[in-house]
Amino acid sequence: MPKHDTPLMDELESGPWPSFVTDLKRQAETKPECWDILGQMELSFKDRITHWKHGGIVGVFGYGGGIVGRYSDSPKQFPGVAHFHTVRINQPSSKFYSTAKLRAICDLWEKYGSGMTNMHGSTGDMILLGTRTENLEPLFYDLTHDLNQDLGGSGSNLRTPACCLGTARCEWACYDTASICHHLTMHYQDEIHRPAFPYKFKFKFSGCPNDCVASIARSDFSVIGTWKDDIRIDQAAVQGYIKGEYKPNGGARTESKAFDMEADVLALCPTKCMRMKGDELQIDNSNCTRCMHCINMMPRALRPGKQQGATILCGAKAPILYGAQLATMIIPFIEINPDNEYEEVIEVIETIWDWWMENGKNRERLGETMQRVGLPTFLKVMDVTPIPQHIKIPRENPYVFWSDEEVPGGFERDIREFRKRHAQ
Amino acid sequence: MGYDPANPMADRITDIGPPHFEQFYPQVIKENKGKWLYHEILQPGVLVHVSETGAECYTVRVGSARLISIEQIRELCDIADAHCDGCLRFTTRNNVEFMVDSKDKVQPLLDDLASRGNKFPVGGTGACVSNCVHTQGWIHCHTPATDASGVVKAVMDEIFDHFVNMDLPAKVKLALACCLNMCGAVHCSDIAILGVHRKPPMIDHDAITGLCELPLAIASCPLGAVKPAKATNAKGEEVKSVTVNNDRCMFCGNCYTMCPAMPLADPDGDGIAILVGGKVSNAKSNPTFSKMVIPFLPNTPPRWPETVEAIKNILEVYAKDANQYERIGEWAERIGWEMFFETTGIPFTMKSIDDYRLAYDTWRTTTNFKFTSHCK
Ligand code: SF4
Ligand code: SF4
Ligand code: SF4
Ligand code: SF4
Repeated sequence: MPKHDTPLMDELESGPWPSFVTDLKRQAETKPECWDILGQMELSFKDRITHWKHGGIVGVFGYGGGIVGRYSDSPKQFPGVAHFHTVRINQPSSKFYSTAKLRAICDLWEKYGSGMTNMHGSTGDMILLGTRTENLEPLFYDLTHDLNQDLGGSGSNLRTPACCLGTARCEWACYDTASICHHLTMHYQDEIHRPAFPYKFKFKFSGCPNDCVASIARSDFSVIGTWKDDIRIDQAAVQGYIKGEYKPNGGARTESKAFDMEADVLALCPTKCMRMKGDELQIDNSNCTRCMHCINMMPRALRPGKQQGATILCGAKAPILYGAQLATMIIPFIEINPDNEYEEVIEVIETIWDWWMENGKNRERLGETMQRVGLPTFLKVMDVTPIPQHIKIPRENPYVFWSDEEVPGGFERDIREFRKRHAQ
Repeated sequence: MGYDPANPMADRITDIGPPHFEQFYPQVIKENKGKWLYHEILQPGVLVHVSETGAECYTVRVGSARLISIEQIRELCDIADAHCDGCLRFTTRNNVEFMVDSKDKVQPLLDDLASRGNKFPVGGTGACVSNCVHTQGWIHCHTPATDASGVVKAVMDEIFDHFVNMDLPAKVKLALACCLNMCGAVHCSDIAILGVHRKPPMIDHDAITGLCELPLAIASCPLGAVKPAKATNAKGEEVKSVTVNNDRCMFCGNCYTMCPAMPLADPDGDGIAILVGGKVSNAKSNPTFSKMVIPFLPNTPPRWPETVEAIKNILEVYAKDANQYERIGEWAERIGWEMFFETTGIPFTMKSIDDYRLAYDTWRTTTNFKFTSHCK
């Protein structure tokens, strides 16, 4: 039986999109605290403001993250959500599940929590939404003992790494995103669970420049698949597209206008490095920037090259504090090599961390530290030789920081000597 | 056995990480990983991936509210048990994917999904509006300037046809974040719904002493608007506190993150800004930020009609006006932002002119512009 009147929430039960209100009500039949979730949400809808208090430090022993504390500011009215802590559970790479695994998580959450979840949080974790402080340790015990699962990250630590589908079901993946994501997640358990960084740090792995996990916008360490050699072309399939035998763009539009090789592919290639010579599609690969457009348009005809690896970009973040940043290209090509347990990638990560942990200010994301010290300093730290690929355009102002050693004779000069030749 | 409160450290297990992903792969994925040749969208929400072995993987993509109950997850499991040998996956945009290994298994799956009311809308592929990735809002967070799940439900209900059809010029990635922390990637979305505050923080002099480390609160403000000050609490005692220079405040809420005694949420102050034209993919044009075109719409639960209307309008004008394959940002860049405002009828205000750091980069420094109705 509903515990509170929720006329405003009830309005969200109609309409074609799945209703979280209907879902909450169904769940409330077996988890009555959901009535209080609905009740407090209704109050927020009425008051047009949140009714959750600011934070609250709770967790499981030995971990500095994985649980986000939350308390209601109206616990008398809504005792079922007086404590409403969330539990972040590290998702398996690419978010594949067996129903057995999901059902076990549901049972765990039936026992210890509100029954409500987010599948998934923005960083990638499964989010179990709403439990009481005294449930945390027992939940963690069952989670690790019976479910063989662990918490994800929160706070100033390595946040739970995430990846796209990768080679599992995507023909464009230039490396196995799930494997490296899993490997590094295991390798850096301590960094995920025990905050020791200036601020949060995110890894995201996309298999190609389509960047389905938004790593270029959201991660401090963005690994995006790419290739060095030539786009693979199946000329017969190109003709198939031209003759209208295949749906362009992988059938992305229900009613496409007829495929137009010139307008839809050649003219939209950002570098204009493609052309038709008779019936043959030619790509000047040295001028291709591997943007993926032509491949997206003709998946049966074009594929990324065979010499595959990844580009590493650093420092993306949302606006807080000083403004949003996209990730900056640092390493144009790196091999993603499972045989040596991703040694090269790990070396890059740890070079960044060693420096950032020393030089980053409190609550300064890597991108902001990079901005503060400048890209040249960061490249020096990374021991990366500067190349034109690091910039969009060369510097437009003349304010160069030359150093003492770079100028013959250095900075120390004698003004009296100078005056002997140049009267005041 | 189980957890023993008297002996909390007994046989404790830590740092085991997530289970290995491979055990959850459907058989057809296990056998064809790394061998996929191409894919095609057969109808909205239904994809086929074809392997060099000749194997096929059919995927049915279903939208989800993200805020879902364990009952709902169990129902997803029932479906996966009945049709997909007990495997399923979630996508980065909160969709659920059911995979089967032959074409004849697709229709029974679709029929099953359709028989369950509006719980499992099939779509979210190709030139559609994506599922709206979003954050917590009033269901869990302490800093929101708007709700998340409620706004998303209201918006998705109204633009539902664009989720289940592929009738737009290109894909439109929709995202919502309920405050400037932007837990979701809204800053690079085709259309972003962003919760914004418009009143400076209040200062709770009665509570600040025990609650906040004043130097951290002061340092938290990117504009240096928070300064140390003496104040009098309710008991009449003089306490060390802070003051806020309201003229400098840009309502980012960072001070409140650091100091619970500085709340800034407000029913009339808070609301929604709309940003458009961002993208993360590198295809055709570079990844780019979304741009603010509507600085404020009020919080009007339960269905936020102003926000819904604004998004519908942008979508409809874009659908009519843009070239095929053109993302919203590419379209706006091609026609020029003055034309974007002209054709959408969105009023241009001072608030869309950047006056923050590096703002100069966004000012127009050429005589190349179009005469629209804005030039009087
Ligand atoms: S990022 Fe590229 S490889 Fe990964 S799923 Fe998307 S298109 Fe495929
Ligand atoms: S990948 Fe992009 S840049 Fe390269 S040929 Fe294709 S469209 Fe042109
Ligand atoms: S975007 Fe802001 S208000 Fe919303 S969940 Fe994240 S921190 Fe909370
Ligand atoms: S809301 Fe932001 S700008 Fe305003 S005082 Fe707080 S930190 Fe400073």
